[in-house]
Amino acid sequence: MDQILGNIGLLFEFPVVNLKIILDGIMVGALFALAAYGLALVWGVMNVKNLAQGDFVISGGYVSWWLVQHGFPALLGVPIAFVVMWGVGWIIYKLVISRVIERDLFTSLLATFGLAIMMAQILNLMFGSDTQSVDLDYDVLYFFDGFIDVPIAKLIGVLMAAALAAGVIIFMKSSRMGQAIRATAQDARAARVMGIDTEKVYAFTFSLNSAICGAAGAIIVMVWVIQPFYGISYSIRAFVIVTAAGLGNLPGVIAAGLGIGALEQYGAHIFGIGYQQAIAVLLLLLVLLYRLIQQRRNRQVLK
Amino acid sequence: MAKNKTILYALILAFTFISPFAFPDFGTQLATLWLMIIVSITWDMTGGQMGYNSLGNIFFYGTGMYVAALIAIGLVYDVGDYTNAAGGGIYKFTDLQYFGGMFLGVLGAGLFCSLSAVVIGLLTFGLRGPYFAIGTLGVAIAAGELVSNWDWVGGGQGIALPVYPGDLDTGKVYFYFLFAAVGVSTFLFVKWLYGTRFGAAINAIRDDEEKADAMGIHTLRYKLYTWAMAAFFVGLAGGISAFQLIHFEPLESAYQTINLGIFMVVCVLLGGKGTLWGPVVGAILFHLFKEITWNYLLGWQWVALGALIVVTVVYFQDGVMGWLEHKRPEWFGIKIEKKVAEQAE
Repeated sequence: MDQILGNIGLLFEFPVVNLKIILDGIMVGALFALAAYGLALVWGVMNVKNLAQGDFVISGGYVSWWLVQHGFPALLGVPIAFVVMWGVGWIIYKLVISRVIERDLFTSLLATFGLAIMMAQILNLMFGSDTQSVDLDYDVLYFFDGFIDVPIAKLIGVLMAAALAAGVIIFMKSSRMGQAIRATAQDARAARVMGIDTEKVYAFTFSLNSAICGAAGAIIVMVWVIQPFYGISYSIRAFVIVTAAGLGNLPGVIAAGLGIGALEQYGAHIFGIGYQQAIAVLLLLLVLLYRLIQQRRNRQVLK
Repeated sequence: MAKNKTILYALILAFTFISPFAFPDFGTQLATLWLMIIVSITWDMTGGQMGYNSLGNIFFYGTGMYVAALIAIGLVYDVGDYTNAAGGGIYKFTDLQYFGGMFLGVLGAGLFCSLSAVVIGLLTFGLRGPYFAIGTLGVAIAAGELVSNWDWVGGGQGIALPVYPGDLDTGKVYFYFLFAAVGVSTFLFVKWLYGTRFGAAINAIRDDEEKADAMGIHTLRYKLYTWAMAAFFVGLAGGISAFQLIHFEPLESAYQTINLGIFMVVCVLLGGKGTLWGPVVGAILFHLFKEITWNYLLGWQWVALGALIVVTVVYFQDGVMGWLEHKRPEWFGIKIEKKVAEQAE
């Protein structure tokens, strides 16, 4: 207890520490937001709740890591992971997801849970259970007499995440396929009537989600570490963010992603690093409870 | 027909009694099979019969383990000192302390889990469908993470309980019969329950909760009672597991969300959701599959299990019992009038 109070006191004594925590949180949160946006896309368009989201992220990270091991430059890993995971997503869509779209919601949750177990294990068998990362030989920037250190690698990671997000937004807004995706999300039956091949839209959306996750993973492997079984923690955070922000609300997803990143860093600072996962899950429960109380005012339930 | 059923039940009961002596090498395996049957039947109470797919029933298993262990230790020693020494051999239990502690601990685990089911249910039963599943999964994960940071109960190290005081083989048989007793009573209890008005009420909630509410069923109360009953049996099973495993830790053995927590759901889907025998059949098939892959596909066993989950969920969701009901409706007392059937064709 004393330690917790001491940690809180530290925040007021040295306001610069707050800035460091928030910066770290934003960097983490930007990558959470990417995975969460993919989840929101799939959830909104085809009503599939993908619990394997985090494992797509980790797989993308391993694609990039493998490339670097074979002498490719690290920054090239991001686009290649995007393309490779696009293919993986398409195969998974054809084998599994296309058969659970019309079914009840619990089916997709369980089927993707099974997928998550499989993917984590296959990665484990292929690459071993050690944590891996890619070292970028960039400098570290120091501010405020060395209180705040910003590795340039992290900065590049955040910029790439932002560029990817911007690209996806522009694509969804202006391209023909983006319009078709949005139309299908609004009303799949009407979209079919208007001549949109919804099957193609579903396949495209799921592959796009997988590709976004893969690129996010390729960024993560440059900035932090990955391990075959880390997927579930990214999945949980993606669910927290989407539940908090709602579907089809991209600014909300980004804001929630950054906010959760920062809150988690604060929690880890105050209670200790061991509680980081617990804090993410408790945030999910709090968000669910808050939305429940909101709904209860109108005597409704969260469906 | 009724006579056949009596013979069937008698055969199963006889097999239950004989199996640990007939297959002494598989004593622990058979006990684990009963554990799977218990958690599957209780999952089906809410998942299959009431339509609330929980992914967090493993919470009651883990909590049952901890409550039973803490009661058994706390009756004799100071818990903080005991967990600090990590059961370092200084702490001796007499036979009375061991069995008395186990009895009270397991019973207390069941009651505590019932109570916590009511509390968690009050918070989460406003969630429907996938939100309920995610919410309960969150409860189970959060509980595991918090317990592993709680030093008083051993933190991430877990708790080491005293070893069964007799010789090893009697211990195995003893735990087998404890699990079997809980399993048989769980089965008989739900068999009775589904025949009562209560069973009809929870089925009504599954079919259409708003209509059930409008018909005057106090849905929240029924949901809480059902979950509390399910949690009671899971808590008992968890408590027995704690003593059987001797040493357990929070993330891998107590709150094992991605192992047992998901296995019980797959067992029920494999056997047939919302049927009396489905969870039992599913648990047996799943346990067989799991043990065979563990023995012959070492390294790939988890991939095989994941594939089994995906295939079951996507292609075979009616389960064995649902498939049988479709193929042999007369076994289930469903009579199809010949004329109607002919007209249909």
